[in-house]
Amino acid sequence: MIEIKNLGKTFKTSFGTVKALDNINLTISDGEIFGIIGLSGAGKSTLVRCINLLERPTEGDVVLDGKSLTALSKKELLKVRQSIGMIFQGFNLLEQRNVLKNVCYPLEIAGVKKAEAEKKAKELIELVGLSDRILSYPSQLSGGQKQRVAIARALATNPKYILCDEATSALDPNTTQSILELLKQINKTMGVTIVVITHEMKVIEQICDRVAVIDNSKIAEFGKVSTVFSSPKSEIAKELILPKNNTNACITGKKSIRIVFDGEKSRRSVIADMILSTQVPVNIMFADTKDIDGIAYGHMILELPDDDVQAGKIFAYLDSNGISYEREV
Amino acid sequence: MSEMFHSLWQNGIIQTGIWETIYMTFISTLVSYAIGLPMGIMLSVTDKDGICPILWLNRIVGFIVNIFRSIPFIILMVAFLPVAKLIVGTSLGNRAMVVVLIIAAAPYVARMVESSIKEVDKGIIEAAQAMGTSTPKIILKVLIPEAKPSLIIGSVISMVTILSYSAMAGSIGGGGLGKIAISYGYQRYNDDITWFCVVITIIIVQIIQEFGGFLAHKTDKRIV
Repeated sequence: MIEIKNLGKTFKTSFGTVKALDNINLTISDGEIFGIIGLSGAGKSTLVRCINLLERPTEGDVVLDGKSLTALSKKELLKVRQSIGMIFQGFNLLEQRNVLKNVCYPLEIAGVKKAEAEKKAKELIELVGLSDRILSYPSQLSGGQKQRVAIARALATNPKYILCDEATSALDPNTTQSILELLKQINKTMGVTIVVITHEMKVIEQICDRVAVIDNSKIAEFGKVSTVFSSPKSEIAKELILPKNNTNACITGKKSIRIVFDGEKSRRSVIADMILSTQVPVNIMFADTKDIDGIAYGHMILELPDDDVQAGKIFAYLDSNGISYEREV
Repeated sequence: MSEMFHSLWQNGIIQTGIWETIYMTFISTLVSYAIGLPMGIMLSVTDKDGICPILWLNRIVGFIVNIFRSIPFIILMVAFLPVAKLIVGTSLGNRAMVVVLIIAAAPYVARMVESSIKEVDKGIIEAAQAMGTSTPKIILKVLIPEAKPSLIIGSVISMVTILSYSAMAGSIGGGGLGKIAISYGYQRYNDDITWFCVVITIIIVQIIQEFGGFLAHKTDKRIV
């Protein structure tokens, strides 16, 4: 379990002090995939670096399995870091080492014997599907392959935790998909707790159990992904989850409503039933549904006829069927 | 060719000169790296964005290096001959020259090494730190191996600089091609001897350059 307690980080620059993180409190449970999402400059990269103390927090503490990291000696901290894997946006592989030697690196540092290290490394390289590239150098690999090597390297010391700092941001959509699947597989089969930092909604949607939305150095909102996604409360979460630009353009001043699907009702053919029973035509202006753990979540914007009676029929139908909606205009 | 050239060649003086130049250059480069490599690593590591910032130490060493780097070699050479005498017992001959060459070249090497080490991607260093690597191990297992091709290129440049310094040493009692060019070529008006020395120097530099370049290219795994 990772507990982040009242964490704050202030940077001193030549222009004065900058508060990168302010009073962050989070608890990341064992075995989950925890997402931290925010826009560029929100402080998320600093936050993930505070977890393994690559950045030393100026306030508060990080407690890992009951051990306060800020209180550790330099040597103890190095040992703890060996038990936390980390992968990066830029892969950060050793350019002068081949795939095998890259994966062996953390084992070398941990003092594992060479033969044993190579055996372990080979297993992991097979796990990430790169057995045929074992003697290749990073410059000979594609971005996705490099990230696979980085994942194998992060797993070498059998870590309980893996931190991902924008691990898929430099990859194309298909490669992103395969890397996310690999991370999910590792989480499921090896029980590794994964902390994912990203600015991409897709990443959170696809693999995370819980999410924290970070904005302006603070946690704006956090909770289960399904909850945060179906009813975002903070402004920043709404901005990230419900793309405003798309919807505003669709609304022309007529009567519009937003219907929110929370998993349960999305299985029923809500819109079709509504139109059939009220005999009122509607215009679907925007729809965005997401598959989270096999259940559909999302929202849809409908344009209703200007006529109050016809619109009233729709409202009555929605009310009587317990479907939540908001008036957009 | 002049008579002088023939007699020098027959007495083996030119051959000895070539050998002396090579030997002074190699020994000086070797010892300069023994001193300059750790110094350069220290300069890059202790800098304010290095992996172990110790600013006061960085400033002091940087200042000393700058002093030595700012003295023209011909002056530094004369000024440090007494130091050479203290170390090798004489202020004449190649042994003394090697000492002053090292004094002049080590700070130069330190700066070359510093810039090579600073080229190593910060992300790779961060990854190594995230994996719990101690500072000495980052130096040995990350900085030096990752900077190796650049270090080799740097050593070629340093060696060529030392070669040209060694020729200057010929003017104050050192041996080698510099001495032959000055005392037999320049002072006795034998242009052919001077030009012979020029050609030999060019050949030596070419060999160093080609071999160094080959080695750097061969060790660099970033080249597909």
